[in-house]
Amino acid sequence: MGIDRREFLAKTGKFILLTSAAAVAWDFLRAGRPEAAPNYKLQSHWWAFAIDIEKCIGCGNCVRACKTENDVPLEPYYFRTWVERYHVPNGNIEHPEVDSPNGGYDGFPVRYTPGDGSKNFFVPKLCNHCAHSPCTQVCPVGATFDSPDGVVLVDKTYCLGCRYCVQACPYGCRFIDPRTMTVDKCSLCYHRITKGLTTACCETCPTGARALGDLKNPKDPIHEFLRTHKIQVLKPQLATGAKAYYNGLDGSVR
Amino acid sequence: MPKFPKDTAHLVRMAALFLAGLALFLIARVLLVPKDFHELGHFRTGALADNMARPIAFAGREACESCHPDIVDERKGSRHAAIGCEACHGALAKHADDPSRLKPVRPDAQKVCLTCHLEDVAKPKTFKQVNPQEHMGSAPCNACHKPHHPEMA
Repeated sequence: MGIDRREFLAKTGKFILLTSAAAVAWDFLRAGRPEAAPNYKLQSHWWAFAIDIEKCIGCGNCVRACKTENDVPLEPYYFRTWVERYHVPNGNIEHPEVDSPNGGYDGFPVRYTPGDGSKNFFVPKLCNHCAHSPCTQVCPVGATFDSPDGVVLVDKTYCLGCRYCVQACPYGCRFIDPRTMTVDKCSLCYHRITKGLTTACCETCPTGARALGDLKNPKDPIHEFLRTHKIQVLKPQLATGAKAYYNGLDGSVR
Repeated sequence: MPKFPKDTAHLVRMAALFLAGLALFLIARVLLVPKDFHELGHFRTGALADNMARPIAFAGREACESCHPDIVDERKGSRHAAIGCEACHGALAKHADDPSRLKPVRPDAQKVCLTCHLEDVAKPKTFKQVNPQEHMGSAPCNACHKPHHPEMA
């Protein structure tokens, strides 16, 4: 062996120094960022959403406000929230006619005439922020997740754009943002609700058809709403634990 | 080279390869998975802060009302009192941050009123709706109704 003690010590020293430097560098890279809303306690909230179909007038304020607040692409027509108009002829709830021109962004052109024996109403839709969400279960990388306060969120830096979650959502609430090729969806205005504001859609709804609610806050009016109305969620048979609670949800709504 | 039973050398080579692969995987996993992953669930805790960090566009009616108490008084008792300011006036967080930088424009009454009040059979029956031709012809809505307090005296 052609190695003396001096050479051995020098090589070992270099090796140890380089390894520890690399370890420090990696630790630095892997470190998480601090909280952006320091006064917000994750454990003391459980967010839900209340929608009163009997109050919705289909003005499209929520759709426009959502696009402004969350920088949702205007065209092609992707939505975090949208409004559908249902036309149920002669109580035939199996075959409703549903339209949603541009998701209700430009309002609804008059299309049906009164007195034709049909039933007509608007249904606002958004992510149901399911407690057992099918979309988060299929994400292969943990880029979409249920937050501890009950919001289904997306980690845009982690999303691969594989579209599994888009297919898994039974409510059609997800889309691939064509600019980033990552998934996007209603975040329940997480940047607003963690600062004590309500969502952009609730802020601009003129009739109070939409309301954000915190189920862990006993003083929240959502408890009164849930108690005094006949409540239903969309597709209850799927047991997704949907937390968008509808009043006046017709059997024709899919 | 130690002596293995007959015809087992290929198994040992496979085992060694497998162990090397496993070691490589474990090292890569420690290096690549962020430190804050799996703290609160199968996600990066930092993603919560990323979602919180977005700037707001709508200031919220409390911000509006803190500077415009005269409008609050004007709207008191009206059917429009419960509507958020930005439902008609648009997103004004920039104005709330620095009123001199962004001056809000007065919304076009005709357009804003009919956004909600245009007659449609799908709207709730109790909601006030008009057919603009029958109701007012070409007169603007605010010739008779004040948007902040639309009830006729």
